[in-house]
Amino acid sequence: MQSALPNTAPATERPRPESPRDLFVSFNWLALQGFGGVLAVVQRELVEKKQWLTPDEFIEDWAVAQVMPGPNVINLAMMIGDREFGLRGALAALAGMLAVPLCVILVLAVLYAHFAAVPQVAAALRGMGAVAGGMIAAIGIKLVPQLRKHPLGFAVCLVGVLLVFLAIAVLHIALGWVLLVVGGTFCLWTWRRIEA
Amino acid sequence: MSIVMHWQDWLALLGQYMMLSLLSISGAITTVPEMHRFLVTDHSWLSDAQFSSSIAIAQAAPGPNVLFVALMGWNVGLNAGGGIEAGPHAWLLGMLGLATTMIGILLPSTTLTYLATRWGHRNRSRREVRAFKQGLAPIVVGLLIATGWILVSGNHAGDRPAWHLWLLSGIAALIVWRTRIHLLWLLGAGALLGALGFV
Repeated sequence: MQSALPNTAPATERPRPESPRDLFVSFNWLALQGFGGVLAVVQRELVEKKQWLTPDEFIEDWAVAQVMPGPNVINLAMMIGDREFGLRGALAALAGMLAVPLCVILVLAVLYAHFAAVPQVAAALRGMGAVAGGMIAAIGIKLVPQLRKHPLGFAVCLVGVLLVFLAIAVLHIALGWVLLVVGGTFCLWTWRRIEA
Repeated sequence: MSIVMHWQDWLALLGQYMMLSLLSISGAITTVPEMHRFLVTDHSWLSDAQFSSSIAIAQAAPGPNVLFVALMGWNVGLNAGGGIEAGPHAWLLGMLGLATTMIGILLPSTTLTYLATRWGHRNRSRREVRAFKQGLAPIVVGLLIATGWILVSGNHAGDRPAWHLWLLSGIAALIVWRTRIHLLWLLGAGALLGALGFV
């Protein structure tokens, strides 16, 4: 993937956040759209709409956000914030992800007892959950073409995708093992393929 | 539900969440069984119903999934203050509980991620950093598809045909894949179909 090479293109060619304040507002708006998890919205907003990240960068950053401990989307937001504005950016992105959603969820928790008794509300939540699941899977499918440029070749990558899917979704193997075994193998293999 | 919390208990709560923070690879949701053991089984600070409703509300609400941790802290605080009916005193303790669990779950992991990713970004042209990021790319794609799959299969209500749910998820996936329609429209349609009794 080209983005892993040292980037010599002038930085002004692509859109970027204007200020920590821009990060804070953008991430608040983004988090508020994320029902049942923010991941689907992150890809849509940051890659397709704002274009702060290319699809390649998104995969790589998401991989790192995923292997580090802590909530993935918060890790990703902090990484983007830090890259643009250092610690101030990271904190602005972190606060953006949490501030308004935290207030919303407290209101929901207080109202919960009242709402929970209505069966239609539970059913509506179930419908939203089904859509949210489909959305996240679609993000994964959308990223498949990016693997064509992978040093290991497209076919090997597809086998990796399938292995991870089977291990997690069908066999319910703990993620740590999958990352260690499949992820470790792919990292080492890639390391041998790319030149120093 | 009403409980008594001493300052040592608050510290124990903070310490437990700080430890879980470092274990929460791929998200706080993976440490839920451990939280249940600590809060419900060992200390009885939360009832089973409070524990599972904290997760359900956070899943349904907008924002990062980690906010279920905030609701657990909020409920522990409310219980310590004698329940939500006890008034402002209980709400204040609820906020204290919320701050305790959220700081606990976020501070260690965000600090570690911040330092590690800084190092990684400075050294991004090094062979091992590139191999690490690129090697994980197929894993990430597989994980995303698996996450969607698990979310859908965990959502099934016993009294409705399962294929309704999979059909809805499949169509949603197809639309997101092929079009750029705003995601809130899809979620709204899902909520409507749910309320009408389709899934």
